[in-house]
Amino acid sequence: MTTVSVNGRAQGTTKWLDLYVNSVAVRCEEGSRVLDAMDEAGFEVPTLCYDERVGAQGTCRMCLVEVEVNGRTEQVASCTAFAEEGMSVATHTEEIKDYRKTLLEMLLSEMSSPNANPYSNKVGPTEFDRAVEEYEARWDAFPRLRVRDKAVHDENPFIQRDYDYCIACYRCTNICNEWEQAAAITVDGRGQESSIFTFFGNELMDSPCTFCGQCINTCPTGALTDRKVVSQEISAEEVDRTQTICPYCGVGCGIELLTHEDEIIGAEPDFTAPSRGSLCVKGQFASWEFVRSEDRLRHPLVKQADGTFRKVTWDEALDLVSSKFKDAIATEGPDSIVCWASARVVTEANYLMQKFARVAIGTNNIDNCSRT
Amino acid sequence: MSNSIEELAGTDFLLVAGSNTTEAHPVISLRMKRAVKNGAKLVVVDPRKIELTKWATRHVQIKVGTDIPFFNAVANVILNEELQDSRFIRDRTEGFEAFARHVQMYTPEYSAEICGITPEEIIETAREFAAAAPKAAICYTLGITEHSCGSHNVQSLGNLGLLCGTLGVPNGGVNPLRGQNNVQGAGDAGCIPTDLPGYQKVERPGIRAMFEKAWDAPLPKRRGITKITAMEQMIKGRVKAVYVMGENTVVSDPHANHAEHALRSVDFLVVQDIFLTETAQLADVVLPAASFAESDGTFGNSERRIQRVRPAVSPPGEARSDVDILLEMFARMGKPQKLKTSKDVFTEMASVSPIYGGLSHERLDREGGIQWPCGDEDDPGTEYLHGDEFESGFPGFFAPVDHIPPAEEPDDEYPWLLTTGRRRSTYHTGTQTGQASGFQLLVPHEMLEINPLDAADMGLMDGDLLDVSSRRGKVTVSARVTERSPRGLVFMSFAFPEITRTNDVTSDAYDFITETPEFKACAVKISKSEYQDEDVRVAQRRIRLAGEVKQPTELMPADGRGDK
Ligand code: SF4
Ligand code: SF4
Ligand code: FES
Repeated sequence: MTTVSVNGRAQGTTKWLDLYVNSVAVRCEEGSRVLDAMDEAGFEVPTLCYDERVGAQGTCRMCLVEVEVNGRTEQVASCTAFAEEGMSVATHTEEIKDYRKTLLEMLLSEMSSPNANPYSNKVGPTEFDRAVEEYEARWDAFPRLRVRDKAVHDENPFIQRDYDYCIACYRCTNICNEWEQAAAITVDGRGQESSIFTFFGNELMDSPCTFCGQCINTCPTGALTDRKVVSQEISAEEVDRTQTICPYCGVGCGIELLTHEDEIIGAEPDFTAPSRGSLCVKGQFASWEFVRSEDRLRHPLVKQADGTFRKVTWDEALDLVSSKFKDAIATEGPDSIVCWASARVVTEANYLMQKFARVAIGTNNIDNCSRT
Repeated sequence: MSNSIEELAGTDFLLVAGSNTTEAHPVISLRMKRAVKNGAKLVVVDPRKIELTKWATRHVQIKVGTDIPFFNAVANVILNEELQDSRFIRDRTEGFEAFARHVQMYTPEYSAEICGITPEEIIETAREFAAAAPKAAICYTLGITEHSCGSHNVQSLGNLGLLCGTLGVPNGGVNPLRGQNNVQGAGDAGCIPTDLPGYQKVERPGIRAMFEKAWDAPLPKRRGITKITAMEQMIKGRVKAVYVMGENTVVSDPHANHAEHALRSVDFLVVQDIFLTETAQLADVVLPAASFAESDGTFGNSERRIQRVRPAVSPPGEARSDVDILLEMFARMGKPQKLKTSKDVFTEMASVSPIYGGLSHERLDREGGIQWPCGDEDDPGTEYLHGDEFESGFPGFFAPVDHIPPAEEPDDEYPWLLTTGRRRSTYHTGTQTGQASGFQLLVPHEMLEINPLDAADMGLMDGDLLDVSSRRGKVTVSARVTERSPRGLVFMSFAFPEITRTNDVTSDAYDFITETPEFKACAVKISKSEYQDEDVRVAQRRIRLAGEVKQPTELMPADGRGDK
């Protein structure tokens, strides 16, 4: 049998493991993480430093669980530990829940305000917010630590950095260095002082940053946000999401369009699509403003004798088009008409365009822009 | 693509030819970088020192338009060293003997001379490719196809796949990376003068009969004319009316003046688009359409994956979806359709197109994107093509192809070779990225990339304004001195049509089989512009207004745009 290698991991010669998660029996492939088994069984824990695309670091400790294997019980980070045959996993013991809550409260004590987070206010709860809510972590459980200087001077039009919310999970630097491989940002300083910087401390515009937005999208707290989105007058309660596809290149990355009262306010990657949350600068930062541009066409137009356009009704426009087409067919034959479809519009419209040429006009003079 | 995007990450050898992947297909380049990280070899064959070369095991810097001698020589080495997959050749291909004879003259020494590289680069590439096969993937894009010998270039790559049996296997394949988001879907849907939906040939009576029955209408028997032919016929007065949907032809075509002239020559032009583009400005009737964010339907990506596009907002003003407009047009032409929604249209398309047979909007909503061919409801779709047999049903045919130099080469009068392409933060004709705030800062205006040594010879500095002219037209751009360009070769994109119509200068030669334009090579001359002290955008506009080319916005009334 053939072995398909995706991600460098061999498939097709799979060995299966049986284990229990909170007494639910699950089966997973050898080499799976405990976290994968938990996912399979339908249990979720906060994983603030983990992004499946770059692998585990095991630093935030939020994903701690209790495992029992061969009579031994221990606590492990489920993102770094591997599943074993016969293992039983407990994800929400009282002790662990308390532990998670304390961790969250310590992180909260480093942030200056419980309600100034730009992402939470404008777009919706962050991963961190959801964990805080689930574990009922309090802002005032610990005395406030000296708040980090949050003023970041970086003039780029795309990425806003609010270090106040940085929990030093390093997802952003990992995604930038390991996945996007742009090597634009790094961690600098130690402990509570550590922070995310561009290499050599330049502004992002002068760094190798490709503005792919991956760092924003993996950030669990809103420390990194899409400046175009959070600078708008919007409120998180009224934000809707629609899964669709990036309108630019043939990769066809999955995106989610964010809307607010029937207006587009931004885009984020669709992590469930085959593109696995990847986008480039176009999908992240250019896929929606043109939709709400002032320059959009809003009415059918007909050119007048003096070369200017006049607004007309749909009836008038379409009657004119169909009568001209009918005239051309009658006098010069259907092959005197040419229809061009588009690589930019949905396939259904293209299908109708070729059918229109062939059935309504009677010509095979149908082509689209590109042969690549 | 014959294979899938994700499979690239797991391959052992990548040959990337004529594809500036990090700029044109950034997210595919991530998979390539990951493959390299996992230990794969990456060979980049490109005249320019593109960004991807940073990850490459080897950058083979061939001269523009010498792809065929290079790939033929790779085949020559594979055969001489007996590294081919004889079983694959015996079981699945035809024309091997003739091909083997044909490439004999393309010795590494002979081709190296033409390509401007060393014989070792050819020999090593051949050995590594053959050693990794079948887990060796070839990827290419416009750098291969946008030549007057583009289809032969593609065949020379296909030959390598046949020779080492890298077709019909995972992590291999010969993979064109599609430029625009739905090039694949437009082809699948039958927007080709010779093909009905699903690549079924209109000139085959059986096929036509099937469609006539399904559509309950007689169909024209003769194949239609391509875009290129159509433009010639317009100028000759044989095409009277044109219906253009969502395409800014006047800017995207090579030799833009020619396209504009053609469209101005017809009696009646209808353009359906979301902006009053340069093309729409020429129209007699402009129909306002919905953008992707207001449309319901599907896009087909490079790996043949059909994915759902869903409306997030309503179209502005009275704009309507392309599907609605077309259904209305059918009715007015006296051919009303029973179809009402995009979903109905998809269902009909799946019923006449076997490669879409098992697909429906419902299934795509449930399962996510699926790759064709997908024959029925139980078919999970196809990650890689040509598994047990070639999709065509015929054996793979070795094509003996020869080197054909670009239609226009540098000479005394026009001593520079200009090639064009994409930059990551701009897209095609800029109709959309031009609207995104902040993008002006990334690439503020068109730039001509030129080698530092060449720049030194001419006394040029970064940012100097240059006049670039060919036998067909002239543009003004600022100089970008960079080692990306080898000596003698200069580069521009075409994302700033309002001020720099790059395609005014590009060649009007076409591939003689597919009629794909030769964007990738033309001869130009370069001189310092007389307006050095001005802002580049002002200077560019001045050149445009000076009458080299008509400024279409002059024809524009205030009334068409910006009206809410
Ligand atoms: S936008 Fe992309 S390249 Fe830039 S810092 Fe973030 S991850 Fe790195
Ligand atoms: S996000 Fe970038 S790579 Fe992905 S489809 Fe859009 S343009 Fe292509
Ligand atoms: S997610 Fe496991 S330690 Fe952070």
